[in-house]
Amino acid sequence: MSIWEYANPVKFMQTSGWLLPWVFGATVLTLVPGLVWGFFFTPLAEEFGATVKVIYVHVPAATLAINIWVMMLVTSLIWLIRRHHVSALAAKAAAPIGMVMTLIALITGALWGQPMWGTWWEWDPRLTSFLILFLFYLGYMALWEAIENPDTAADLTGVLCLVGSVFAVLSRYAAIFWNQGLHQGSTLSLDSEEHISDVYWQPLVLSIVGFGLLFVTLLLLRTRTEIRSRRLKALEQRERMA
Amino acid sequence: MIALLTRDLRLAIRAGGGFGLGLAFFLIVVTLVPFGVGPQGDILARIASGILWLGALLACLLSLDRIFALDYEDGSLDLLATAPIPLEAVVTVKALAHWITTGLPLVLAAPLFAVLLHLPGPAYLWLEVSLLLGTPALSVLGTFGAALTVGLKRGGLLLSLLVLPLYVPTLIFGAELVRRGAEGMAIEVPLTMLAGITAATIALVPFASAAAIRVNLR
Repeated sequence: MSIWEYANPVKFMQTSGWLLPWVFGATVLTLVPGLVWGFFFTPLAEEFGATVKVIYVHVPAATLAINIWVMMLVTSLIWLIRRHHVSALAAKAAAPIGMVMTLIALITGALWGQPMWGTWWEWDPRLTSFLILFLFYLGYMALWEAIENPDTAADLTGVLCLVGSVFAVLSRYAAIFWNQGLHQGSTLSLDSEEHISDVYWQPLVLSIVGFGLLFVTLLLLRTRTEIRSRRLKALEQRERMA
Repeated sequence: MIALLTRDLRLAIRAGGGFGLGLAFFLIVVTLVPFGVGPQGDILARIASGILWLGALLACLLSLDRIFALDYEDGSLDLLATAPIPLEAVVTVKALAHWITTGLPLVLAAPLFAVLLHLPGPAYLWLEVSLLLGTPALSVLGTFGAALTVGLKRGGLLLSLLVLPLYVPTLIFGAELVRRGAEGMAIEVPLTMLAGITAATIALVPFASAAAIRVNLR
């Protein structure tokens, strides 16, 4: 089994069709308990009160927002180097999910920041770089929409993704230099001395796994839709030719 | 390469508006800001560096779509792509021509406009330095956006959406350099970062732009 086998859309459709219910089931089995555990069965934190519950949505969404971009970077590279068609479609399918995750992270962050910091928005480096990441997602999706030829679009968005990654990282460090932040540091380190108390950590990890699986489910679904719509377009074209 | 540069410069000047339009736009931005925030000198002095940088950035953005569009339409871009010099070099020359026609006039005019905004005295030097170091990066990054959207009918708005996020680091360090210069703080870090970003941009981004043009010419 190698990823090159799945450059063949038929093979990808078979495997993903078989995989989809399982991944979906796993998503439900982790996300629901993770969130329920987090929302209803954890104590209130001393200084945060009930607002600590936001963490079970905020942190997983933020983690995904960054990792989805990394995944798009990898799939774009695979497409640019080896012309792996499904890979290009996966990058296209991932972008809107990543954008929504970024938006969720920003909005839940604002809802959390209001009671805690007394402000909806602060030009903190982390917040700022997420806003910039959001803009990158928008630009990437807009470029996909604008170009008609699918291969050209895949190439150009791939190049944009590479250049965008470099500048997203650069903006992140520029923003750190530019303004000192309110945002707390690491809550998630694997070192148990550093991360938040286990009571919160365990449901949080479960939620993150759940969000990750949710992403995989949505990604498989969306990629399958993309492949089908590509097929439909090809059929229509053939019809017109005949 | 020199022939290409003189050709581009001549085209920009003779087609009219190459030099003037960006500058006029810059002046309008600078004029409109006091209407928006009020004429008090101290407020203007505090935000002057940011406004000048933003104005320069937007004025630069305005003329980006013309870098490749005309050559693409009349087919000379195909000729340039098959010419003996590499496409990366063509892109670099195009960026240089764009910088000479828009970036350089902005750099030269910026001190005059800074007077309108009550920029504090010590900041003038750093305004010039930062614009001189930063605007080439804006032009080179602009060629990348222009190369991505060259095949599109109405790419203008998309171009700004693609290019503006890429301008963030340059803007941050450029404006920070002027602000620190105005307050007499240490300027080494933003100065070196700005220069470093520009140098890396000039060195690497032409490859991406050339790749995008090749895809669009396919």
